[in-house]
Amino acid sequence: MSLELVNVKKSYREPNGDELPVLDIPKFSLQAEEQASLVGSSGGGKTTLLNIIAGITTPDSGSVVVSGTDITKLPEAARDRFRAERIGFVFQTFNLLPAFSALENVLLGMSFSRGKVDRAHARELLGEMGLSQRLSHLPGQLSVGEQQRVAIARAIANRPQLLLADEPTASVDPTNKQTVLDLISKVCADHKISLLVVTHDPEIAGRFPRTVPIAEINTVMQPA
Amino acid sequence: MSLFTIALKSIRQRLLASSLTALSVALGVALMIAVLLANNILQRTFNLQQFGYDLIVGPKGSQLELVLSTVYRIAPPIENLPWRYYEELKQNKQIATAVPVALGDRTEEGGFPILGTTVEYFNVPYAGERRFRTSDAWPKGKWESVVGSQVARENGWKVGQEFRMVHAGQDDHVHDERFTVVGILEQTGTPNDRTVFVNLEGFFAIAGHEKPVEEAIAREADFFGETYEEVSQRYASDIAEIKAHDHSSHDHEGHDHATPNLQKEVTAILIRMKSEEGKGYLAQTRAIEFSSKLREGFQAQAVNPMVPMQRLMTNLVGNVRQLLLYLTGVIIVVSGISIFVSIYNSMSDRRREIAIMRALGADRMKVFTIILLESITLCLAGGIFGILLGHGGLILLAPIIEAQSGLAIDPLLFDPKELILIPVVTALAVLIGFLPGLTAYRTDVAENL
Repeated sequence: MSLELVNVKKSYREPNGDELPVLDIPKFSLQAEEQASLVGSSGGGKTTLLNIIAGITTPDSGSVVVSGTDITKLPEAARDRFRAERIGFVFQTFNLLPAFSALENVLLGMSFSRGKVDRAHARELLGEMGLSQRLSHLPGQLSVGEQQRVAIARAIANRPQLLLADEPTASVDPTNKQTVLDLISKVCADHKISLLVVTHDPEIAGRFPRTVPIAEINTVMQPA
Repeated sequence: MSLFTIALKSIRQRLLASSLTALSVALGVALMIAVLLANNILQRTFNLQQFGYDLIVGPKGSQLELVLSTVYRIAPPIENLPWRYYEELKQNKQIATAVPVALGDRTEEGGFPILGTTVEYFNVPYAGERRFRTSDAWPKGKWESVVGSQVARENGWKVGQEFRMVHAGQDDHVHDERFTVVGILEQTGTPNDRTVFVNLEGFFAIAGHEKPVEEAIAREADFFGETYEEVSQRYASDIAEIKAHDHSSHDHEGHDHATPNLQKEVTAILIRMKSEEGKGYLAQTRAIEFSSKLREGFQAQAVNPMVPMQRLMTNLVGNVRQLLLYLTGVIIVVSGISIFVSIYNSMSDRRREIAIMRALGADRMKVFTIILLESITLCLAGGIFGILLGHGGLILLAPIIEAQSGLAIDPLLFDPKELILIPVVTALAVLIGFLPGLTAYRTDVAENL
């Protein structure tokens, strides 16, 4: 899987009616199975960029080509399906649904793609995360580290080609940070998934083979 | 994981709120079931198919009053008809059965209506082909009586019980004569359950029930358009016997004698017409012909009880029934609104949940469908529970209602209209789930993650 962004621009309208440009990326790419981090301070447009790559937010202009498909050209429903099938997402606050057990949260990740809901695969993934004994536990009954591992299992449940992680260690205690990062890295390597991690922490960013400062690719952040 | 499972999970997540909203629908539906059943009971009570006769022949006057007094025994009788008229009808070749009834008095205990009649009354089936059944015997003897099931239950009467009757009128005079209960009727679910049936001869024999001779002659002369002398001559032997056996000169202790026909009067005559299908004559056709013929004269009227009762049902009871149905409809709608408020209010808490599902790849239609399924599931579960609750509640209440009112209730009686309730509740669910569903549809993913 490859990812290529060309001339991606995004701005928001402020309450006073002014346009506030947040992203202007002339070019950014990620190779198949490459693992990279995007680092920068808050407000640098990292999350917006991640949402654009995931097809959650549409850019004002430019193209976002994921595995040869320009997702900006897809209608919304097709984009949603593309996201379900090709892109995994690990959120800062895990975003597990509290009424669903660990297994059900992973199954939920499979429910919106065209593929079948593979219970055995979901169990296998949770086993891989060391959660075989926690399948029927609700998120509230799991530790923070366990919750993050369920979130990782859910993100890769549909065998995506690209995994996007937004500050994946922000809610994890310092001792578990390394474990979570290692796990994400290993899982992506094992499953041949490209990885793009967004973080504000240069130390975390430095753990990945390639580190891209957001200011380097986003001209909005660059001094005039 | 299907969308339905996801909807179920969401319901479970807000179990208390979900249960309460479903319960409000259940209560609305249960109430609707109760109204439908009450409606059925009302209809059955006033359904004159239960009344096994084609016509009621009575004195001229209000048709409704004649029906209310003769069938339901809830109104005083209009006037009386001479016994001779009954005998004439009995000879009519178009009439299969003519049963005389005398009404007006009530029991001293409980105030139940008393109906003097012949045993033939119990030979005519009611409610289609249902037959009267007695616990022991029929009132063949002059001072014998059978009582309806409700009378027996409420008065605690058993076979062998003696009772007196209160004379109709303003003086509330209690007759000295005593009747003995010889049988208790099996429950019929009709006004017969709260009626006391006494032998007609006994009814006539009660002091004060026989019409004074002069008055009887004058009444009969007037009724049949004859002269006083003609009637006197017709009943010469009766009159002679009455004079020879003047009641005022002695008491009845130790002996009995039949009331002369001249002095007998009936309140109404219940008629079944002959049906000769082979010759193309149906009882109903004959009843209409007979009724029209009587209308031309001045003697009596023959009423098909359906007509005035139908009018009453449509104009008065029908409106009340309709009102009750509308009211429960409103209750269901109010329950629906409460579900709407509950789901709609939960939407603000659930934006994040919806955004997560969208981020996981659920398109707008899927999240809309999930919310709609939630609403449908809640309404349907409430609806089905309501049907069970309605019938279940009636199973518990039926014996109490029956004991209090005498209305026989079958709690498991299923009104086909109940089948409409389910699609109605589903439609309501779609309606109330639409707006919250739309909110889910429009949820901004990036903003709510």
